[in-house]
Amino acid sequence: MKIKILSIALLLGIIQLTNAQKYISKTGHIWFYSHTSMEDIEGHNHQVASILDPVTGDLIFSLLQKSFEFKVKLLEEHYNENYMESDKFPKATFKGKITNLDKIDFKKDGTYTAEATGELTMHGVTKPVTNTGTIEVKNGIVTAKAKYKVVPKDYNIEIPSLVADKIAKEVEVTVDITYNAN
Amino acid sequence: MIKYKALILLLLTTFSLYPYLKAQDIDQLLNEANNGSTDYTSATFKSTRIMNGHSIERMPAGQLDVRISHRFGALNSGAYNFWGLDGANTHLGVDYGITNWLMVGAGRGIYLKTFDGLMKFSILRQSKGKKNMPVSLSYFTSMAIVSENFSETKDLNFWDRVSYVHQILVARKFNERFSFELNPTLVHKNMADSALDPNDIWSVGGGARFKLTKRISLNAEYYYVFPPRNDFRSYTSYNPLSIGIDIETGGHVFQFIFSNSQGMIERDFITNTTNQWRHGGIFFGFNISRVFSLTNQN
Repeated sequence: MKIKILSIALLLGIIQLTNAQKYISKTGHIWFYSHTSMEDIEGHNHQVASILDPVTGDLIFSLLQKSFEFKVKLLEEHYNENYMESDKFPKATFKGKITNLDKIDFKKDGTYTAEATGELTMHGVTKPVTNTGTIEVKNGIVTAKAKYKVVPKDYNIEIPSLVADKIAKEVEVTVDITYNAN
Repeated sequence: MIKYKALILLLLTTFSLYPYLKAQDIDQLLNEANNGSTDYTSATFKSTRIMNGHSIERMPAGQLDVRISHRFGALNSGAYNFWGLDGANTHLGVDYGITNWLMVGAGRGIYLKTFDGLMKFSILRQSKGKKNMPVSLSYFTSMAIVSENFSETKDLNFWDRVSYVHQILVARKFNERFSFELNPTLVHKNMADSALDPNDIWSVGGGARFKLTKRISLNAEYYYVFPPRNDFRSYTSYNPLSIGIDIETGGHVFQFIFSNSQGMIERDFITNTTNQWRHGGIFFGFNISRVFSLTNQN
């Protein structure tokens, strides 16, 4: 009897293993928008790497600061040289989990509200973050979207008083990542 | 009994084989996402000039740099002249990036009422990654025209008033704190200063930047003029040495300079430096650069 139960468990385990499909993206899009009465600044990164595990709910995104593109080249230079110090801190990473995984059915088309909790590491500082976003499943393609606010000061990003009016105290970050099943 | 244990072992192995996410997975993925990308070095210097002479930096496409440069008189000109306040030389200029590798500029200076035009071509850019290039290299050329009419110059025809500069700029950003540049230069005067003076003056310029804080750097520049520089019989010319500080604030760069040359274009500071540091022939001055973005490229 015991052997029977164990055999079934083993079979299920193997099925699980072969079904262990993770969602991967190498072309995720994350952008940020800083709005002040003096100036609007937008930076777009189209080379975000992300892994979403539908079984454990693990969600990771990682990007290179130098991949952010700006309309004005001088802003891009200042972003990397003066604010993010990209030579010292080349990456920004979010490592977390989707906490309401049971409410999301990756096999069925639809838009699901997802809650994610984890840590955001940027400019050498790691902070816990919790956010609500959506996971869309359409024709088997999974897209994760989220919008949240980041406070530059929390990550030790120095904004000199001279330009304080040109950079928002809270910067809006938008995530839009389309995954491929792996 | 053995079968039972074997099955449990197998079960445990199966579950441990489950590909849980590892930290290396995301790093490898990130590398692939950015694979084939090259990291081009930026901000080797904070401005398109090191002190008097050009740096490897250029204006990218659609960006305009408005520059005002001023040099006071020599510090050794005494109290009566308020140590140089009363003897000034000013230059106004605008530089514009036509493409990301071609910058053009125009200017007008007080000394000999000179109009000047320049072109800087960015040929090689220092980079790491898919393409590896240890240095940045540019070609700089300019033309300066004397428009002043005084007794010696009023009868000159147009081409006698013209001088040219050709420079190769080679620079390397060694690290965040230190950049170095070498500029072999040729200044050609269509009409030399006198029958005994040469038309072609060869020199090599060296410039360095030491970054002190995120926005402040200490710059130094020296041009070694190849002999026969003192066969300039009409006057004795010395090598220009300049030291100063760059302060960058958002869209402006302020450069504060101490130099033994009062000139701000190559023809003046390379071939016409008649003062020496050791005799107090030091000129204090500044360059103010303000960058505007004229196009909204996306």
